[in-house]
Amino acid sequence: MRRAVIAFTAFLGGLVFLLVGPAHADPADCQGLKGTLTFQGQPVNGARIAVSTEGGQPVETVTSNAQGAWDVQVEDPGRYRVTLDPASLPQNTEIRGGNNVRTPTVYEGNCSSVLFALQAKGAAGQQQGDEAGGSSSFWTQAAQLTFEGLNLGLIIALAALGLSLIYGTTGLTNFAHGELVTLGAILAYAFNVGFGLHLIPAAVCAVILAGILGYGQDRFFWGQLRRRGTGTVAMMIISIGVALFLRYMYLILFSPQTESYAQYTAQPGIEIGPISAAPKNLVAMGIELLVLVIVGIALLRTRTGKAARAVADNPALAASSGINVDGVIRIIWTVGAAIAALAGIMLGLSQNLKYTMGQDILLLIFAGVTLGGLGTAFGALVGSLVVGLFIQVSTLWVPPELKSVGALAVLIIVLLVRPQGILGRRERIG
Amino acid sequence: MHAETTGATAAIDRRAAAEAVFKDMARDPGVPKPDPILVVDDVVRRFGGLTAVDVKHVEVQRGSITALIGPNGAGKTTFFNQLTGFDTADSGTWTFNGKPMNGVPAHKVARRGMVRTFQLTKALSRLTVLENMRLGAQHQKGENFWRALIPGAWRRQEAEITERAEELLARFKLDAKRGDFAGSLSGGQRKLLEMARALMVQPELVMLDEPMAGVNPALTQSLLGHVKDLREQGMTVLFVEHDMDMVRDISDWVIVMAQGTVIAEGPPSTIMSDERVIDAYLGAHHDAPLSESELEAQLQDAEAALEAEIEEETQK
Amino acid sequence: MDWITIFSTTIKSAVGVETVLYALAAIGINIHFGYTGLLNFGQAAFMAVAGYGLAVTVTVMGLPFWVGIVIGLVAAAILALLMGIPTLHLRADYLAIVTIAVAEIIRLVFRSVAFKDIFGGSDGQRGFSGGFQALNPFPEGDYGFNLGPIPIFFPHWQLWVMVVGWLLIALCCFIVFLLMKSPWGRVLKAIREDEDAVRSLGKNVFSYKMQSLVLGGVIGCLGGFVYGLAYGSVQPDVFGTETTFFLYTMVILGGAARVFGPVIGAMLFWVLLVLLNGTLSEAVAAGVITFIDTSQAGALRYVFVGLGLILLLVFRPQGIFGDKREIAIDAR
Repeated sequence: MRRAVIAFTAFLGGLVFLLVGPAHADPADCQGLKGTLTFQGQPVNGARIAVSTEGGQPVETVTSNAQGAWDVQVEDPGRYRVTLDPASLPQNTEIRGGNNVRTPTVYEGNCSSVLFALQAKGAAGQQQGDEAGGSSSFWTQAAQLTFEGLNLGLIIALAALGLSLIYGTTGLTNFAHGELVTLGAILAYAFNVGFGLHLIPAAVCAVILAGILGYGQDRFFWGQLRRRGTGTVAMMIISIGVALFLRYMYLILFSPQTESYAQYTAQPGIEIGPISAAPKNLVAMGIELLVLVIVGIALLRTRTGKAARAVADNPALAASSGINVDGVIRIIWTVGAAIAALAGIMLGLSQNLKYTMGQDILLLIFAGVTLGGLGTAFGALVGSLVVGLFIQVSTLWVPPELKSVGALAVLIIVLLVRPQGILGRRERIG
Repeated sequence: MHAETTGATAAIDRRAAAEAVFKDMARDPGVPKPDPILVVDDVVRRFGGLTAVDVKHVEVQRGSITALIGPNGAGKTTFFNQLTGFDTADSGTWTFNGKPMNGVPAHKVARRGMVRTFQLTKALSRLTVLENMRLGAQHQKGENFWRALIPGAWRRQEAEITERAEELLARFKLDAKRGDFAGSLSGGQRKLLEMARALMVQPELVMLDEPMAGVNPALTQSLLGHVKDLREQGMTVLFVEHDMDMVRDISDWVIVMAQGTVIAEGPPSTIMSDERVIDAYLGAHHDAPLSESELEAQLQDAEAALEAEIEEETQK
Repeated sequence: MDWITIFSTTIKSAVGVETVLYALAAIGINIHFGYTGLLNFGQAAFMAVAGYGLAVTVTVMGLPFWVGIVIGLVAAAILALLMGIPTLHLRADYLAIVTIAVAEIIRLVFRSVAFKDIFGGSDGQRGFSGGFQALNPFPEGDYGFNLGPIPIFFPHWQLWVMVVGWLLIALCCFIVFLLMKSPWGRVLKAIREDEDAVRSLGKNVFSYKMQSLVLGGVIGCLGGFVYGLAYGSVQPDVFGTETTFFLYTMVILGGAARVFGPVIGAMLFWVLLVLLNGTLSEAVAAGVITFIDTSQAGALRYVFVGLGLILLLVFRPQGIFGDKREIAIDAR
């Protein structure tokens, strides 16, 4: 009951805070304007965008590519006019707010992002007219967003599970966990696009390889640090170093641009009741759910799983009762890295691949883990689903780009009321 | 400050005085004392479904050394945490010197003259021994942000504090270590430092949570001496302890806790023969004192139970 | 390869505006992390509210420059209070996560379309440094000297920012020196070691942590002012989490809980970064290094930052100035 009240209060409080969402401006070496057009999570291909100077001198007209991205490089910094031709958009979509002209400023050596939010035709009008006429479209939208929220929540949960288990067993708050997520996506891309494997075997290879790398990371790095008696705060800051190192290595080895897999990039949605979903998302969610259930059962039923929870509970006691703590931690790193990689592949499937994709989702993973209570594996699952759902469903009331802020605000409010997280325990003093 | 005013009358043999007070006292839990410094009523603390502390009524006599004993998990430390404001009680009231203390935050409890130490010693490792001591002094002008910026505002007081700290360090034989980091001290020295630091607060009631735990035997006598010394200086001592030999040696009165409640009180010489206490420690009724073989069996049972517990813990 | 340019930019970076603004923010982090043990990963937010406070006051509200400074300082202090209330009774690791969350919320609000009229969206605000430059006592021109063949010159407007910035650094270091020698600083250091022990000695730990947070935040926000005034603009993405991470690198490089640690750390950080960048990009341009291109060379230096941070904490956690004895005691 108390928890329900807290969750509800947090939800309400979060709504008050709901503000703006991500869309990363990339400080890559370019000078001009760029943007990505998406509609309901899918890229919009072939939209015509005309760029002219402030005085009206045309610069260039481009069309968005298969990923919905477009890009215009300009000679001089300054203010430009960007016009999106509404006639070139897919028939069922329109620009949110109706205004199809933006006037961004280009700074020297910088690329400015230009944002056109798209929505289903007539959606805005309907939403306003709805108040009196009935709430069917509201509920349709709510169902759709709940579905998308579950999709996101499951991806976060996959990543959060590994983070939470590693925290529970080693006390490490791993800021490089986002990079494990990116790693999965990039490895799958390498097998898929680089070696020409179909995405499904490529994903399997990526997950296995990521698991091996996770094992290696603990065997040759974190395990050694623990043996040296490195403190948890020092390890946390070391993990920041690891995150920076890996992130920019990805940038060098992978690409500063966004990329996508060779298969399943743009799938038409199918209608299931009130929900429209691409089949790939349904399959992805099925796999995510299956993996989570398997890991959950493994934690509850298998010897290793029980040992893992015992180590998380009390490492000294576990060691004294004959559990090979280092061995358990190594298995957790292997599995944690593998499922984080899976999360990355799924994320790459529903969005695009980018070297910062893990970094961008890391805070949401942390939010999920912290909401549930640091170090409690099942808390992480609950917390992640709450974060995912909250982010998507909140867009019923606020623009989609405003959504992450709400989830973070909820995190803060929950901790204000219940400092140990939803399922966490209090610490003993003295 | 209270320690000093009462210090003038230190010539009285306080141990004898305390013994006189407790001489004919009843052995019931919650028995009233003639001059209680701490009075506790109906303190309850629950963790989920588990009731960790449920103390109906207990009083601590001023100027005495009172021991709080009980088997593992009896709620002694949790009870300490409630009284000193480190944890919030679900319900209950308690008064210190007649003033209500429930809901008072930990730092204010200390300021009112009720200072505690911890079971796991909390030496401030990367501060020197002398800095550890200075920290204990109250009403420091230089602890205010703005006055801290003007060294002249606090320098004289700092000198006084240092002088007092040096005296205490000499008494606790830590003066040779004054410039060392506290983290470099041995376990026993840390216990000494923690106790000396608590005295810098100039408390009326000193609450020691297992002062002898993890101290090497050579130092225990010295520690015991210091605890007795606190009474001689007019302070009241309430301490948690496992080792019955020590309890017998230094305490004037013993309070026994089991499963969160106070089950018995009495003088140290007879308390361990109290049936309720034996039950609590051994978990079964015994009409006669234990024979050698029974003790052996008891020990084996206890060990088996402990192993099962660990097993269960890991199987969870 | 153009070694003259490389050395010139490298030497200038030791005292340049980047170093100044990061040193100020790092002094704040040193108070939080080095002295009090607070893991504040939201320092960039303090720089952001100061920079934006100044920018919005001058450009949107049309008020004079000094009002903007006052508003920026007040905003930083308020942010510290707001950030502190929910976080300061939390464990260190929760604190780290919540402060990042707060900083991200602030960055996202500043770059939001909804508040574009006030904060300027992802492009930020510009054109508010006129009031500051009007006070510039240096006549127009370049100032400096030739170090042998290496020219070291700064334009007058940059020199003005640098002079003010270094005076601020000196003032902040002096304040930190006074405070950390005092009983007030003793309480902070004790909280870093064990806050329950400090509580049991009658100190209001929450209040001291809050004072530390406000002081470090306000000093850190000076870095935000220097950024805004030096570049004449503020953009939201400058104040991202990576900025805070770089600040931590500097503090640890110079030595945590040392008065001059963060300043030396910031100077070394930028000297190394600029030297690395200059050498790498020149080498790529001259065809000495062929396996990467210029933009990859830019990324490579951050690879080295990450690697440097790891190696530093593993092999020399006390930094340049730190005391080996202190580290040996406590494996935090």
